[in-house]
Amino acid sequence: MTGIAEAIVAEDTRRIGGILMELKHITLRFGGVTAIQDISFDIREGEIRAIIGPNGAGKSSMLNVINGLYTPSVGEIWYKGARRPAMKPYEVARQGVARTFQNIALFKGMSTLDNIMAGRNTMMRSGLFAQALWRGRAEAEEIAHREQVEKIIDFLEIQHIRKTPVGKLPYGLQKRVELGRALAAEPSLLLLDEPMAGMNVEEKEDMSRFILDVNDEFGTTIALIEHDMGVVMDISDRVVVMDYGKKIGDGTPEEVRNAPEVIDAYLGVAHD
Amino acid sequence: MDAPATSPGELTSIPALLARNVQLFAARPAYREKEYGIWQSWTWAETEAGIRALALGFLELGLAPGDHVAVIGANRPALYWSMVAAQMCGAIPVPLYQDAVAEEMAYVLDHCGARFVVAEDQEQVDKVLEIADRVPHVEMILYHDRRGMRKYDHTRMNALADVQATGRAAGERFEKELRRRTDALGYDDTCVMLYTSGTTGRPKGVVLSNRNIIETSKASAEFDRLTEREEILAYLPMAWVGDFIFSMGQAYWCGFCTNCPESAETMYENLHEIGPTYFFAPPRYFEQRITILLIRMEDAGRLKKAMFDHFMAHAKRVGPDLMDGKPVGLWDRLRYRIGDILVYGPVRNRAGMSKVRVAYTAGEAIGPEIFEFWRSLGINLKQLYGQTEASVFITQQPDGEVRADTVGVPSPGVEVKIGETGEVFYRSPGTFVEYYKNAESTASTKDSEGWVATGDAGFFEEATGHLRIIDRAKDVGKMADGSLFAPKYVENKLKFYPNILEAVVFGAGREMCCAFINIDLTAVGNWAERNNVSYGSYQELAGLAQVLDMIAGHVEEVNASLAGDAMLAGCQIHRFLVLHKELDADDGELTRTRKVRRRIIEEKYGDLIAALYDRSAEVSTVTEVTYEDGRKGSISATLEIRDTRTVPVTAKPLEAAE
Repeated sequence: MTGIAEAIVAEDTRRIGGILMELKHITLRFGGVTAIQDISFDIREGEIRAIIGPNGAGKSSMLNVINGLYTPSVGEIWYKGARRPAMKPYEVARQGVARTFQNIALFKGMSTLDNIMAGRNTMMRSGLFAQALWRGRAEAEEIAHREQVEKIIDFLEIQHIRKTPVGKLPYGLQKRVELGRALAAEPSLLLLDEPMAGMNVEEKEDMSRFILDVNDEFGTTIALIEHDMGVVMDISDRVVVMDYGKKIGDGTPEEVRNAPEVIDAYLGVAHD
Repeated sequence: MDAPATSPGELTSIPALLARNVQLFAARPAYREKEYGIWQSWTWAETEAGIRALALGFLELGLAPGDHVAVIGANRPALYWSMVAAQMCGAIPVPLYQDAVAEEMAYVLDHCGARFVVAEDQEQVDKVLEIADRVPHVEMILYHDRRGMRKYDHTRMNALADVQATGRAAGERFEKELRRRTDALGYDDTCVMLYTSGTTGRPKGVVLSNRNIIETSKASAEFDRLTEREEILAYLPMAWVGDFIFSMGQAYWCGFCTNCPESAETMYENLHEIGPTYFFAPPRYFEQRITILLIRMEDAGRLKKAMFDHFMAHAKRVGPDLMDGKPVGLWDRLRYRIGDILVYGPVRNRAGMSKVRVAYTAGEAIGPEIFEFWRSLGINLKQLYGQTEASVFITQQPDGEVRADTVGVPSPGVEVKIGETGEVFYRSPGTFVEYYKNAESTASTKDSEGWVATGDAGFFEEATGHLRIIDRAKDVGKMADGSLFAPKYVENKLKFYPNILEAVVFGAGREMCCAFINIDLTAVGNWAERNNVSYGSYQELAGLAQVLDMIAGHVEEVNASLAGDAMLAGCQIHRFLVLHKELDADDGELTRTRKVRRRIIEEKYGDLIAALYDRSAEVSTVTEVTYEDGRKGSISATLEIRDTRTVPVTAKPLEAAE
């Protein structure tokens, strides 16, 4: 009998599909300041796409362009094969783009459960009046939504804080709740703004696992900004590198790591 | 022995009991599990169908009679079902401690030679894979939770739900074989194999037969009049014999419902929701809940606090008598009733103990105050004394004869005797068959007449016939002057102080006793907060002069109480130090069930012990620590050693083992 050891090899069974979103020649100016200058890249369906760069490189601006908070001064955004007109963030959200924020933007006084329920807001169909009465369709709808939310709570292993007001939670757990709220919208594209900022090693490992599991289990496409190079290189499929609003690298972690421009600008290691 | 030689009818295995329960209680709940925020439940009929499908699936995978099936994970219906399904196929379930690191797991898996492993989730699967090259006999890993498992190669792996589906589909082909195997299960066939956590040496596989489990379950269920209407919360490790008796043996014998919590962190909340009628917890649990309650009360408003204090004092005075059915005055009864509405009821409710009819604690001595606290609230908390080799029950306290310092009378069907050295021996229908692949240990534990040495020293109280346990028999030693040395007895006295988490007493063959103390971070930290004492770390808190003063006070009180007992007066503590780190199972200093590993501590802290006895005022040391993920580090510290006052004993100390 041969052992089970050699029989089991973890393999990547994900399917990376076609292009989900394409950004073409994006330029973003605030008055005289150019935050983003002529950047183009794409995000493929099912991949984990990272955007890295030093402080002030324009990463968060780029995320804000993607989720509609900023409208680019020049350039086009193509989403699911169609050109996206200028939109409000909530319209973008309805199209299936959800995000988390660098400085956690949860409803502090509300419970974990209510916060995640709020993430399903874009999917509620019954009217205000019906929801207030909580009868008929509104009731059935809420039960269905609650079920989805409970699955997310289970997935993120936060059952024990279901009813705790999020303001009382430690930072790492708040980040997890915020991820839960974004997931509640069942996004096709999930944007994560520094999901691991301010975390200790153990919390970072947990969060990395959750990001990988979300990508793997739900097939959600993820675009993330992150400072921790180790984490980025470990979990992303492709990386865009920005510096002073310009794109200076794009490719697999391996390619990016070895590109001289990137080493110069971002990693700060002098090459001789 | 007055137990019948065979069980009534054909009820000679857990699967047979399952079939009976389907007949008797088809629509009553057998299992509940909280998932997705809701208590999901399964009736006995649904349970049987689920287990049968699993068993058929196991047959399809080639599970053979006599195979060992390792089960690793937290209390989940799916895992309990896997155990019964394995039994139906004639295989033997071997539940493992789920918090064991891969290293510890390798020994047990290798020793039992399991071909099938049932794991709860990815975490457990990864552990098994990590040691896979050392356990080549593991052919198949079955898991419950699919999460994160998709990218694994499934040639030798499958989800339990898929095994069930295959089993249902294969039904016709294997029905006959399954029936043949289930019918063949005899009363003396193995029911389960449980590994003892082992305070010394390697864990041993305790083989328990159907007779052991069913006779024990029957007798203990009758003792406390358990019925199919009980509710229990299964939250203690499945690898522990207690969980197997409560959640499998008694649950199947009586037909009551086993409730599985949502996760370990939600246990308190789930307990509150379920409100079990029959409950077991180690003394540590009852202690912790009081600590939490008292800390909350410190923060309560003045009126509430006054009300709480007033009625708790009243409960302390009359509660235990009411519990034991002794006469209590009308006025006191009335006040107790009011207290019940205002204080006791709400406290019981918060603790999830509103419906508890019978609660047990065991494993180690419980502080008398802790014990009385719960009883005074009207909770029928009792003690039992048992071990894996006895299928739990050796002695237990009958209703109305409950005291903190005894462990009760012999359980029905159990004979108990005290050996010449003071060691407790027992013989019962629950007595284990053997240690698996370890005839030598079997022979040294169980004699030809079936008497088993417990390894504990104790004696029967003449007046009441109740057993009292002093210590581990091998730890009961002599001091240099020949007086009795019972470290655990002293340690327990120390641990009854909320500020002291752990204590280790030394003194065998020495002229005096000395001790290591571990402070309780919750209690001492809270004290520090209330008294404006600042500290940066556990180590700093443990080294503060005020903390040492406080502990010295406790030690001196213990000395005074020991001086009152002629047998143990020699065990008074002359010098002590407060350890700079918590004793930890990850460092091998405690067992997984949190018992002190004396030998290992003696080796590891040899320098500290030397300092205790050479009269130095302080000692510097460096200690290696293991973090949760297995990495190692070290901490260095300088510890102050305190001398404590002892009470001179006028009477000459009694000779040990007279």
